[in-house]
Amino acid sequence: MVKEIPLVWLAASACTGCSVSLLNSASPTIKNILIDQVLPGVHINLRFHPTIMAGSGEQVIQVLEDTAKEKKGNYVLAVDGAIPTANNAVYCVMGERNGQPVTIETRLEELARDALAILAVGTCAAFGGISAAAPNPSSAQPVRTVLEAKSISKPLINIPGCPPHPDWFVGTVAGILLNGLPKAEDLDDNLRPLAFYGKLIHENCPRRAYFDEGKFAKKPGDEGCLYELGCKGPITYADCPLRRWNNGTNWVIGTGAPCNGCTQPEFPDLMSPFYEKLVDVELPVIGAYWLTDKEEK
Amino acid sequence: MSKIVIDPMTRIEGHLKIETVVEDGVVKEARSSGNLFRGIELILRGRDPRDAQVITQRICGVCPQSHGVAAALSVDSALGIGGKIPPNARIIRNLIQGAHVAQDHVLHFYHLAALDYVDITDVAKYEGKNSGLNSVKDFISCGELGPFVPRYEGDYRLPPEVNQQAVAHYIEALEIRRIGHEMVSIFSGKIPHSVGIVPGGVTTTPTVDKIISFLWKLRRLQDFIDNTYIPDVLAVAGAYPDYCEIGAGCKNLLSYGAYDLEGEEPDLTLRKRLYVQGVTSADLKPGKLDITKIIENLKHSWYQNSSTGRHPTQGETKPEYGKEGAYSWVKSPRYEGKVYEVGPLARVAVSYANGDPVIKNLVDSALAQLKAPPSALFSVMGRHLARAICAKVIADNLEKWLLELKVGEPTFVEYTIPEEGRGVGLTEAARGALGHWIEIKEQKIANYQCVVPTTWNASPKDDNGNPGPIEQAITGTKIRDKSNPFEIVRIVRSFDPCLACAIH
Repeated sequence: MVKEIPLVWLAASACTGCSVSLLNSASPTIKNILIDQVLPGVHINLRFHPTIMAGSGEQVIQVLEDTAKEKKGNYVLAVDGAIPTANNAVYCVMGERNGQPVTIETRLEELARDALAILAVGTCAAFGGISAAAPNPSSAQPVRTVLEAKSISKPLINIPGCPPHPDWFVGTVAGILLNGLPKAEDLDDNLRPLAFYGKLIHENCPRRAYFDEGKFAKKPGDEGCLYELGCKGPITYADCPLRRWNNGTNWVIGTGAPCNGCTQPEFPDLMSPFYEKLVDVELPVIGAYWLTDKEEK
Repeated sequence: MSKIVIDPMTRIEGHLKIETVVEDGVVKEARSSGNLFRGIELILRGRDPRDAQVITQRICGVCPQSHGVAAALSVDSALGIGGKIPPNARIIRNLIQGAHVAQDHVLHFYHLAALDYVDITDVAKYEGKNSGLNSVKDFISCGELGPFVPRYEGDYRLPPEVNQQAVAHYIEALEIRRIGHEMVSIFSGKIPHSVGIVPGGVTTTPTVDKIISFLWKLRRLQDFIDNTYIPDVLAVAGAYPDYCEIGAGCKNLLSYGAYDLEGEEPDLTLRKRLYVQGVTSADLKPGKLDITKIIENLKHSWYQNSSTGRHPTQGETKPEYGKEGAYSWVKSPRYEGKVYEVGPLARVAVSYANGDPVIKNLVDSALAQLKAPPSALFSVMGRHLARAICAKVIADNLEKWLLELKVGEPTFVEYTIPEEGRGVGLTEAARGALGHWIEIKEQKIANYQCVVPTTWNASPKDDNGNPGPIEQAITGTKIRDKSNPFEIVRIVRSFDPCLACAIH
């Protein structure tokens, strides 16, 4: 008997980049995730995803609402995008009830109450991200803030990144299927799985030796550490240098561009200007030796 | 008289509602409503101009790369370096954008559009040895058919073996589009939201390992486009011939042109490009485009009326939800006061009208296979066919450009950010004509306006009451079964709408 894990994917104030990134999953492929038993005896039953599903309109809203009732307490809710809250949350609506549009804030509230767990996918859902960037025209909020305001306490896991690496999502889901919901010690203060977000980019960066030697790139294409070109790797937690992107093809610093800190709650406002050197940041241990040494000389 | 409301309109990007009034089985009126507002143009104000390409890529995760290109072009021009981008950088930008657009077209046909025509449940009858199809057969036998059911029922016309083959291609296309993203990643670090394209050029340098790796991923993509994608589009068009006749819409087409073939011309409306800039209409005669005649209307959009009718250089974004008569967050761009459609059909038709021999040959031979006249281009299937032709044209050019790269030559030109400046970036995203207009004051972004492909296509009525292209394409269509309005969703999806883009 195959165990079906119902999954509904709610698109809020999003760009769909998180879903497209998930399509890039290489092992398992997205076909393995949607069609096959992703683990022996376990099938992810994707019941609602606006970009993938065949149906439209009322018939799919029915699926969404039926899932909340029929699979009460057993379905996983994934959300991409922040939740606009200004002006009675009119800035993002989906589907109608009694001829009136239903806000994404209401959809989230209704679906979150009876979910097994909630995955806030991408930096917008996890921390507000681009949708909540200053001046935050729609008062977009992270999923966590909205749930707290509605006093909904359900297990929440943040999987940030703009977009997140597909392995971070797939790995988190696989972890739940294999070991159950993560324990408090498996997540950091920002509810990110330590398995993927446990180390700074800077700690594993192949250009780290340049930093320690004080060899800095002055313009794109130069050899050297990208610190002076605005790299936010020293304050950004993610395993990009080891995992690399797009089936291991490359990654941001591998193409000579500075990390813009997209997995952090501070993205984008406190990570920008993106091409200016970090200021007023105490670099955690790293490089302190060289910087101090240099200044003393 | 009755109403058909489709909300959410799925298998597109973003939040779209389509509302129609049907009388005697025919659509009398259609309304296209964009339902998510973020205000990216407001978010851009006051920021470092170089950050525009980082922020604007986040307008859309399906087509970020084209926003990156448009932003870089607009900032280049505002910095006065539009004619100084090194050849390597120009070529790498083309490779990044072209690979991205080609995979995007594959994604659209197979993963967004095909389920309107292909009956996946026919795989239950499959008796062969294709392991992918057998796994789908197992999946169907388990009975939990999400996300493929529910769906509209009653008009799947392909024979079982063709449906089965199409499902196999759906699965193969997932891999092909992933490989397309790997091509982007080679020169641009990662995707979605890549990092390689910056004002002044690109961050990466060409090396032989990147070139050869890109080449052989490209070969996979080309093989799929030539031998699977184009034949599948022709097969679907052959089985649904009525869709070569419906969904025409406004029949005015506009293209900015794209893929710079030279780097020294600072004015990008004069720059030699792979796709020609211009307009055309039902007669397929070439017309020049004057970008100063583009305006955005706001009467039926949830924005204050005070800035309606302005050119994007003077444009503003002041939300006003609930405004009387408004029904969408999408603005209404118009050219010379008229409604224009943008997209692959416009790219192909404008180049065709200008006598581009490659495109003319591809279009004429496809139409000959379908035994259809050039007027059939203005239809649901015409859009799918034009998109497939665009995928082929761009993929074939990528190989040529790739081999023009010169290892060791520069990819970036240095610049200083001026106190004040204005710039424009025009390109063709997968979904059509994309324009970014920037104004710099005190070295910061003072104003930034984006007019995006789906802003044109999904626009509501303009100030004169003329419906937008999608609205026009649906209006007048006969609906066979109001509970399963295939006609509406097939017409809408033929535009490949992207609402996060349209509203931004």
